[in-house]
Amino acid sequence: MLNRQGRPTEAGSAEGAAHETFTGNRALQVEEALIFEAGRPEVTGVDLYEPAKVKPRLGGLERKGPIGLPGLTEPETMRHYVRLSQKNYGIDTGLFPLGSCTMKHNPRTNEKMARLPGFGDVHPLQPLSTVPGAIELIAELGRWLRELTGMPAVAMTPKAGAHGEMCGMMTIKSALAARGEKRTKVIVPDSAHGTNPATAALLGYAVEGFPARADGTVDAEEVKRHLSEDVAAIMLTNPNTCGLFERDVVAIAKAVHDVGGYFYADGANFNAIVGKVRPGDLGVDAMHINLHKTFSTPHGGGGPGAGPVVLSEALAPFMPVPYVVADKDGVRFVEHVSQAEKGAQPFGRMCAFQGQMGMFTRAMSYMLAHGADGMRQASEDAVLSANYIRASLGDLMSLPFGDQPCMHEALFDDRWLEDTGVTTLDFAKAMIDEGYHPMTMYFPLVVHGAMLIEPTESESKASLDLFIAALRDLAMAAKKGDTARFTGAPYHAPRRRLDETRAARAPVLRWTPAAPQSEAAE
Amino acid sequence: MRYLPLTPEDRTEMLARVGVGSVDDLFVGVPRDKALRKLPDLPLSKSEMEVERALGRMAGKNVAAGAVPFFVGCGAYKHHVPASVDHLIQRSEFLTSYTPYQPEIAQGTLQYLFEFQTQVAMLTAMDVANASMYDGSTAAAEAVLMAHRVTRRKKALLSGNLHPHYAATIETVSRLAGDEVVMPAPHGAAEDLTDKIDNTVSCVVVQNPDVFGQVRDLRPLAEKVHAAGALLIVVFTEVVSLGLVTPPGEMGADIVVGEGQSIGNALNFGGPYVGLFATKQKYVRQMPGRLAGETVDAEGRRGFVLTLSTREQHIRREKATSNICTNSGLCTLAFTIHMTLLGEAGLRKLAQVNHANAVALADALSGVKGVSVLNETFFNEFTIRVPGDANDVIEKLAKKGVLGGVSGPRLWPGNADMRDLIIVASTEVNTDEDRAAYVAALKEVL
Repeated sequence: MLNRQGRPTEAGSAEGAAHETFTGNRALQVEEALIFEAGRPEVTGVDLYEPAKVKPRLGGLERKGPIGLPGLTEPETMRHYVRLSQKNYGIDTGLFPLGSCTMKHNPRTNEKMARLPGFGDVHPLQPLSTVPGAIELIAELGRWLRELTGMPAVAMTPKAGAHGEMCGMMTIKSALAARGEKRTKVIVPDSAHGTNPATAALLGYAVEGFPARADGTVDAEEVKRHLSEDVAAIMLTNPNTCGLFERDVVAIAKAVHDVGGYFYADGANFNAIVGKVRPGDLGVDAMHINLHKTFSTPHGGGGPGAGPVVLSEALAPFMPVPYVVADKDGVRFVEHVSQAEKGAQPFGRMCAFQGQMGMFTRAMSYMLAHGADGMRQASEDAVLSANYIRASLGDLMSLPFGDQPCMHEALFDDRWLEDTGVTTLDFAKAMIDEGYHPMTMYFPLVVHGAMLIEPTESESKASLDLFIAALRDLAMAAKKGDTARFTGAPYHAPRRRLDETRAARAPVLRWTPAAPQSEAAE
Repeated sequence: MRYLPLTPEDRTEMLARVGVGSVDDLFVGVPRDKALRKLPDLPLSKSEMEVERALGRMAGKNVAAGAVPFFVGCGAYKHHVPASVDHLIQRSEFLTSYTPYQPEIAQGTLQYLFEFQTQVAMLTAMDVANASMYDGSTAAAEAVLMAHRVTRRKKALLSGNLHPHYAATIETVSRLAGDEVVMPAPHGAAEDLTDKIDNTVSCVVVQNPDVFGQVRDLRPLAEKVHAAGALLIVVFTEVVSLGLVTPPGEMGADIVVGEGQSIGNALNFGGPYVGLFATKQKYVRQMPGRLAGETVDAEGRRGFVLTLSTREQHIRREKATSNICTNSGLCTLAFTIHMTLLGEAGLRKLAQVNHANAVALADALSGVKGVSVLNETFFNEFTIRVPGDANDVIEKLAKKGVLGGVSGPRLWPGNADMRDLIIVASTEVNTDEDRAAYVAALKEVL
């Protein structure tokens, strides 16, 4: 035996509290400096061959003076970003019930497919004869989106949901102009996403809000009170942001059409109804689809997204360039307004190239994998899981619109926290300590202290049960007066609560080098 | 279905807890006559292997940039991206996280956004930058809207040498928002915008290097723009140029926007890319998009949050500076990682290699009979004139396995002045063999 002094294998004593560490690190949680503090401009992690000696052709406009960009070698770079990643919560970390945002599983095949050289390494302006497969993918994804929505056309280029909204509303404005009409008003229920009124206002429309009825849905009669021949469109989210299907939707569509307006549907919550009902059958004229919600392209810390817009027969001719025409003569790519086919009047262009191809590939991969059956099952499981949470927490937490089934997300308000000294924000921060990402809070605005929980179809029953148990424990603690567990939370995250007021009052939006000692002293 | 964890037994138990007999009982608001009775007319679920086969077949029909001598630019560029970049952005905690609305568990995203903003400000020589836009073209459109807000004027003057897709993107938003755009024809040579600048113009939008690759001193223009009380918006489509060319911030720019794809991001047939947006400190509250800012936590430790969100749509609704919500998060991460790997020394060298390769290519192509290089100045992209229709030349080159650039007719169909032009880009990925192949193929097709 080489070493008779064996390594102790007992766990030892659990006595004693955690103490402050010398480094400030806490085991796997490592404090990380900014690259500007760790790196140096002369260091590089990229080895490159020497440039040939040439006479510069820059017209004397060489950049002089330091840029200040720090460099790190590859091992230092890996460590910097891996450590940063460990301060983040993702879907792969745990249940991420962020209502309206649809944090469902991101299949990794999709990542692999987007990186195939034939998709990832093709240029938007290389000859069209060298990219038939890329055009085919755009056409095929468009076909699936049209079939699932029951709409005859789709504009593929918008780069995110809000960009899709802008595209849809531009299409409507253009269609009205083609009719010789200039309407000034867009009506938007108070429960809408902020992007809806922002989009309408950007296009010069006056935004008129209106409240929902007591059960959380929009009343067709209330809509009619706001309609006139001056209304360009209604922007309506369905299922709505309270997690409810708008049961008057057909009557609302008809009322809007009766005054010559259009029905813009915010498709943020399309994931609840894929394979169950088609927006085209409900009277929708335009609807954006967040590929990063319904079709699982990764949210990536805030993007990139993709927001194709499906269009009705009336709006289809105004679709922006570029687009793919697939008809009996084959597939054609229309890149400029001047190249549009007879009868088409594209309103212009949303962005430089073909839209978010990398997201198209991922969404296509998701759709092919799920198929018609899997997508319907996904919608059903998402709705079932949300109702399971609603039914399991409804006795402790308050439901603003009574005990009725919800769609893919369950909305609670903060009446149940009254007199506890705990706010929705506190409750959310305490969820962090329990290992969960908080739900969407304070949205929709129509509900006081809103807590919008969307579990998605990606959770097992065991995962849902543990989440429910954790929230029940928190709810009971709040009601028992254990306020410190909430008001000081989070205790166990990489950071305690951050001072947002200070950040906004004197914004520090970039790193700047510390002033030299002598200067600082002056 | 491999992505759906609930079992049939789970579903039965859950329905019982909810108190309904079937899942359809939960879709109560859906009008009965509209509910789908059968599955959509689409294929059924597939195994991972089948999915890969189907998509692999489509991908296989395309010519990948890396497989041929490749010289296509005009807004997107083929660069070498270190393997570590793609590895890091696929870390689950980056890939599957959301917009950092809960900063205590999103410090990773917030810190890299803060670092990204600083890098972009340094590159452009501006005071501040935001956390990214969708791409360069939409950033340019947002810059014009911002200039209207700052100056309270509604007319933008665009350079004719601005990328035509960028110009069309700006023109579309402006027209539909009720604003005016003045846009002269492309020049392909020096351009004088002076006589169009007056005190009704909110901004002048100029690209540098421009779409033909020309590098310009913008200082004289900046003076005239400022004298008219307007803002100078400088656009770039090749961010690597900032490693070698005088930055917009040193030439009088008020807003700088551009495409960041070259650093860290693949060509992706046009997206996703990453729009860069920088401006002066005094305009920060008029800037669109998300911003990460420094602060402290309850224990006094440095941390980062999203800030100045009172400009944004989720707070301000119809009074927001922009309707943007999602941005280019993960592409931003790829950009900042690659830029960190490069550092200043690496970026400068990369820019020098790009310039040297472009100079070598321009010299080689100008030796081909009938071909002339139009540019006096350029960074890594320049324009050649060929005899005949440039579209035909590009197609014939492609048949010979060389992707030789972007033809004038592709960008400006119907414009006779652009008919015989090809815009050619060269980066660090091009070799002596690539250049020789281009010259040989061009000789054969002309």
